This record gives sequence, C-alpha cells and structure tokens, in this order.
Amino acid sequence: MSNRREFLKVAATGAAILGSQSTLGLAVILDQKAQHADAGKSKVVIARDAALHGTSTHPDEKRVLDLLDLAITSYTRRATPMEAWKHIVPAGKVIGLKTNGLGGKGICTHLALVLAIAQRLQQAGVKPGNIVVWDRNARDLEVCGLTINTDPSRVRCFGSDVSGYENEPVAFGSAVNVKLSKILTRECDMVIGLPILKDHELSGVTFAMKNMYGVVQRPFELHANGCNPAVADLNCIPVIREKVRFTIGDAMSSVSQGGPGFHPEHLWYPNALIVGEDRVAVDHTAWQMIERRRAEKGLPTLEGAGRPPRYIATAADATHKLGVNDPSRIHLVEV
Amino acid sequence: MFRTNKMFRLKSWIVALVAISIVAAVACTGCKKSKVDAFPASDSVAGWQKSSETRTFDAKNLWQYIDGDAEQYISAGVVSTSTSDYKYQGQLEAVVDVHTMSGPDGARKILETGQTGDAKAVQLGDAGVAYAQSVIFRKGPYLVRIVAYESTPSTPQALLALAHGVEAKL
Repeated sequence: MSNRREFLKVAATGAAILGSQSTLGLAVILDQKAQHADAGKSKVVIARDAALHGTSTHPDEKRVLDLLDLAITSYTRRATPMEAWKHIVPAGKVIGLKTNGLGGKGICTHLALVLAIAQRLQQAGVKPGNIVVWDRNARDLEVCGLTINTDPSRVRCFGSDVSGYENEPVAFGSAVNVKLSKILTRECDMVIGLPILKDHELSGVTFAMKNMYGVVQRPFELHANGCNPAVADLNCIPVIREKVRFTIGDAMSSVSQGGPGFHPEHLWYPNALIVGEDRVAVDHTAWQMIERRRAEKGLPTLEGAGRPPRYIATAADATHKLGVNDPSRIHLVEV
Repeated sequence: MFRTNKMFRLKSWIVALVAISIVAAVACTGCKKSKVDAFPASDSVAGWQKSSETRTFDAKNLWQYIDGDAEQYISAGVVSTSTSDYKYQGQLEAVVDVHTMSGPDGARKILETGQTGDAKAVQLGDAGVAYAQSVIFRKGPYLVRIVAYESTPSTPQALLALAHGVEAKL
C-alpha cells in the first residue's frame, strides 16, 4: 500500500505535464451520446475479464486497471484512458470516490479498483489532494484495505465520522428527511459512486442508488417498505442528484443472496465493472445480473423472495425522473 | 391454634425462600447472559489469534454494524451482538459474531433462514452447519456465525476448531 501510495504521488507529479484537461466534464459525453445511433438511450457498459481473479480471491491489480480502462474508453468512445478521464472529470475540482464497505472485508469495494481510479484521475490532471475516497466511517474504509489520510498533499481518505454531518436535515418526498455528510455537501464538487454489487435483504439489490445510504447519518430510518420510495427520494435530493454523476460499479465479486452482509456461501465472481451516468439504468442492469445468478443457483427471483427492487421503477417515474429502467431505452454495451 | 399459627409462619418462610431462590436464579442467569465472554483468547484455540477488540451492539444500534441485515435479527429478538476479528496462523482472517437472542427460538429462526443445499450439518451446540468459508451454530439463546475471508484447504477445519472454542465458552 505504501509503495503504491508513493507511486500515486509520483504519478501526480507526472500528471502536471500531461496538459490541461477538459472543462466540459460529462457534458461532452452527453453530447457524444446524442450524436450516435442510440441517441436518447442511456448508455451502460459492462466490462468483463474472466481471468480477473485467477485462482485467488483477490483480483489481479494490473488486470483491474486494464478492465477499468476498457470500461471507461468503451463508455466514452475515446481512444485512450487519459482522453476519456479528461472528459469525465471537470478541471480543478474535488472528485469524491464513494466506496461501500458496509458488508465488511469479504464484500466491499475492491482496493485495486479504488487505486486504479485514483491513479488514472491523477494522470488525467487531478491533484492528489483533490481526490477524496470516502464512506460512512473509518471502519468501512479500512475493511476495503484503505488507510485514513487527511493530508491534502496526498489522495485523501476519510469517513463522515471525521467530516461530520450537516445540522439541518434535507427532505424529499414522503420518505426522506436526512442529514447529509459534509464530505458530499462541502468537500466534493463531483462524486463517482463505487458501489459493490449485492443482494439486499430489504431492498432486493444494492448498487448505484442504494450506495447513497452511506451519505446520510441515520440510514436505517430509510428501510421501510423495501426502501421504496426512500432510495429514489434520497437520490432526488439536489446535492446528490447533481454531484453524484457517474457510477463505476464494482461487480468483480458479489453476493446473490444473504446481502448486504458477507455470506461466502453466496459469493460469486462476475468479474465485471458496470459503468454509466444514468443511475437507474445502471441499477436495472445490475439487478438483471443478480437475477441471472439467482436463477443459475436455483434461487427464487427477488419478486418470488418477496423483495423486488421496486425503488428502481420508482426512480424512473414521472415524479423522480432519475433515469430510465425500460430496457428498450438502455443502450447496453458488453465488452 | 398456636400450633396452626406456627405452621403457617413456617410455610410462609418456605414460600418466601423458594421465591427468593427463583428470583436469584433468574437474575444470575441474566447476569451470565449479559456478561458472557464467548471469544477465545489468543492461542487458546491452536493457531488462532484474537486480532481486534470485542465490539458490542445492542438491538437499537445494531444497524451501525450490520445496516440492512439488522432488521432480521431484531425481528428474531436479538438483545445484543458482539463481534471480534481473528487470524489463523497469521494469515487467514475471520470474524466471529455472537448474537444473543431473547430465547432459543430466535437463534433457531436465524440459523434456519438462508441455509443452502451445500450446508453440512456439524455437531456444535444445539445445531450447526458449515460451509467452505463459514460455520453457523446455535446454543440456547446464542447464535454464532464465524466467517473466513478466504477459502484455503485448511479453512474448514480451522473454522470448526474456533467454533468449538467459542461453544465451550457459552
């Protein structure tokens, strides 16, 4: 880890000579999307590498970096990862990477993915201190293998237990009245969600949108009725809707039953990343992946298990308009 | 008349003593339940080191440990959950969770929920099952779950040994 950190510091220095980055941010991607044949559809990329894990339970770091590059270049249709990243992240801004360590060591955002993204961000010109890796608390970060660091000369990594939460709650709809992490409200200009794909005892599936439970002080208050409409309502809060603009979903390993905790008897390795801007389309895609695995294992559908992820359709409805869940409106690219 | 009064007083004393004994026994059981230390010390089970402090969560703050999973334990009557990390031969990492339920029914409910076809019955406590990377058993009001983060050839036997170590302390 320390060697890798040193590398990231060096990479950050090197990034200074890579030239100025785009100031257009995600708007460029949106423009680009509008120009190709699938205009009007939400693009989701699933990038896979069957050999990602080899015989180990840990993915190979180099292969993770390659998989990330494949996912990002496929999504943006840019020739190189550097070009792609410069068009994803706005110049001179603080970029948050919201991990998910709730399930503990066995089923959390992979360290290799976080490091790969931090490396590419720096090579794309983002200063190390302008990268904030964050989650609910130190424990959730440490189970991912991350080390707490608030030194602004390096990639920062700390939880909402350090930053605190806003005193004033914010509300949306009937289900949500929450205090938000100051990392979201005050530190970050843009957040990239790095959820880990899991079955969820209450909501059916937890991925892009559900990952936002980790930005509020008392997430357990949002569990009623299978987390519906709470997940959709929460994502409609303006600061979440506007800042959390991209998902690089970790589906390198997953649990298809017994989540959100770690149940190794239900662990499997999709060896994939699921990438997109449309959080609803990303979640719909992830849900289908979980369903296929459950069918393979002879498990009932999530509907049959009494916990369909209804919040996904809610998020797409006319009240929420967070994205699309209609497969005919999702441009799914599998690479 | 005098003799009847004496008999009555004697009976009253006996009833009072029995009542006090019952109350004391119940109170003692309660003490044992709340103070039980189910976590084997380092090296008390061959090869296993206790690698973290024990953390305990009561039902109302269980979400801080297992948010999203807490509800099923609460509905089964969890009173508290204690957890500690372990390491086997300096490499294999595992976590031990001891859920103290309000009674054996709650422990049974959790154990029987979510079992899969590849569960292997093991002789631990009142009932138990083992998988390649985990062991779950119940004993009275206790539900114990031990999970390893890696699957190695030695994982199943090592987990079973640790589980027996926990069982002996319940």
